[in-house]
Amino acid sequence: MFKLVKIAFRNLLRYKRRTLLTSSLIAVGVTFVLVFVSSSSAFKNLMISQITDSMLGHIQVHKQGYMASIDSLPLTMNLSQKQYEKLKKAILSVPGIQAYSPRIKFAGMFSNFMETTNIRINGVYPDKETDVVPLLPGRVKQGEKVIKKGEIFIPELLAKGLNVKVGNTVVVIATNRDGSVNGKQFRVGAVIESVTGPGGRDGYIHIEDAKELLRLEEMEVSEVALRLKDFDELHRVSSELQSALSIDVNKSGKPLFDVRTWEALSPFYNVSRMIEVMTFFIRLMLIAIVLISVMNVMIMAVFERIREIGTIAAIGTRPGKILYLFLIEGFFLGVVGTFAGIIITCLTTYIINAVEISFNFGRQVGLILSPRLEIEQIVLISVIVIVVSILAALQPAFKASRMEPINALRHV
Amino acid sequence: MSLISAQDLTKVYTVGELRVHAIKSVSFVVERSSFVSFVGPSGSGKTTLLNLIGCLDRPTSGSLTVAGADTSVLSRTEAADFRGKNLGFIFQDFNLMPILTVYENVEYPLLVIQNVSNEERKKRILSLLDTVGVLDQKDKYPDQISGGQKQRVAIARALVTNPRLVLADEPTANLDSKTAFRIIDTMHQMRDELGVTFVFSTHDRKIVSEVEHIYTLTDGKITEKAEGQGGGDV
Ligand SMILES: Nc1ncnc2c1ncn2[C@@H]1O[C@H](COP(=O)(O)OP(=O)(O)OP(=O)(O)O)[C@@H](O)[C@H]1O
Ligand SMILES: [Mg+2]
Repeated sequence: MFKLVKIAFRNLLRYKRRTLLTSSLIAVGVTFVLVFVSSSSAFKNLMISQITDSMLGHIQVHKQGYMASIDSLPLTMNLSQKQYEKLKKAILSVPGIQAYSPRIKFAGMFSNFMETTNIRINGVYPDKETDVVPLLPGRVKQGEKVIKKGEIFIPELLAKGLNVKVGNTVVVIATNRDGSVNGKQFRVGAVIESVTGPGGRDGYIHIEDAKELLRLEEMEVSEVALRLKDFDELHRVSSELQSALSIDVNKSGKPLFDVRTWEALSPFYNVSRMIEVMTFFIRLMLIAIVLISVMNVMIMAVFERIREIGTIAAIGTRPGKILYLFLIEGFFLGVVGTFAGIIITCLTTYIINAVEISFNFGRQVGLILSPRLEIEQIVLISVIVIVVSILAALQPAFKASRMEPINALRHV
Repeated sequence: MSLISAQDLTKVYTVGELRVHAIKSVSFVVERSSFVSFVGPSGSGKTTLLNLIGCLDRPTSGSLTVAGADTSVLSRTEAADFRGKNLGFIFQDFNLMPILTVYENVEYPLLVIQNVSNEERKKRILSLLDTVGVLDQKDKYPDQISGGQKQRVAIARALVTNPRLVLADEPTANLDSKTAFRIIDTMHQMRDELGVTFVFSTHDRKIVSEVEHIYTLTDGKITEKAEGQGGGDV
């Protein structure tokens, strides 16, 4: 075998320029794919963590039907105290959940005593909420990081529009479930940055204040947001929670609880799907490039070496060995190209990380793209390229091995 | 038993509608350790005959036994193995591998075809290169040596597997007559030293004066069998 490798290697060196050209082409393709994959997945992961860690959480649980009318934030669709207790039990029974935060969500009017506008409010337990969405304190532009009772965190847009500052007194008016209206004064505790996506422009108050404002007799929650220990377990945890809750059905026989992952809550999921589809097509393109370029060189190599093939066949080289000889050449082309590509990729990602390419996504500015090369991606691409190189060499190699020595020897 | 025995050997090529009778019912025997030449003008069937003997081609009819094997029943791989084990080839255009050095060219049949120990292999190659007179060129590539030297390397390559029979189709056609004589001489010397049978073809009658058995081919038939001055000294 080793001797065949040596011969194949020398044959490649014989046409240096052609070999160089083909392996560079492969290298460029590999680099392109790896840089694209690592950048796009870095972008994707950055976006996902921005969305889930600043407001959404990884998973949310609502009462069945709540999501369908989420736009009006209906108080009639809240989970009762009893249902919430049940849900808490189920959450504690499923391993892998790091934190949960119950929220009361409602729509109300927000007034600085001169102007009034509408606002969507989340009533939360501050510490629980921060455990689930750790980026929330980071969104505070002015003011305190933690919500206290009697305080409200308002979105930046609202603060600007109504010219409200931290420390000002404002009033929030909300319609209760029975249709009556109630108001409550709040001190503006902080102005928070808005983020793109549903819930990105919500205000926050303490859940006890929400209860009081809405005149709730006992605890009710609109949604419970969850944070997982390991984001990769999203689907396992989601389905385990779902089945832990499935015993509870409503009057129409449907499950009482509606468990949704961030994927079903944020429109960014479609963008992330699209990135995956693009990655797939880019890989496909790489395969085409490798296939065509390797096949092209190998067909030329076989054609140019017909007499040599005839000679080695005549002096007793088995057809199988001739086949190997050319397959090894294709393999080498793939290996050299992949190897060079990986080196260039490492350099490129290093540079991208060094120059800190920043971009804006919606209202978030200065997000830094930091592609990370994943070993699995490198292995996957390498295997694909090398296997495709061998496959591309297969047809020419087979042709070489099937040549009749006398015809090959007569060839000029 | 004779090394080669041909009985009513016939080869017909069919090119479209045309049937070319390249070899017409030829019978002959070649004994072990003999030195045989087929002489004839262009198109007389020399290459065809040597290809048949070399198991590179199959006869249309008649029988041909080489080294005890009926060559017409071998599969592709079996034929390759048979050639590797029993035969050596020398070509008109030398056909050395340009990417391999002189030494590696001679080594090639041993590497790919027979597994011989490293020690033994090296010894055999060096001694053969020495006998054919190109030992000092062993690290050069084929394009760095002369035609005569190339053919010497090819002789060494043909002999390195200890074949029973070496076939050479016009081995001297691309060499000047002085070099041609020397090459025939070297082949002769190899026959004397190793007892290997040599069968070669040429269209040049002048260089075969020393050959033991000279068959003249005309239009695919053996028209004359002569004894040269080579003498059967084995
Ligand atoms: N593959 C083939 N297909 C058809 N005809 C062939 C083929 N090979 C040889 N021939 C014909 O068979 C006859 C003998 O050819 P061959 O090559 O054996 O002659 P040769 O004595 O070796 O000639 P040269 O001295 O030119 O090499 C010629 O008429 C040639 O045209
Ligand atoms: Mg000929």
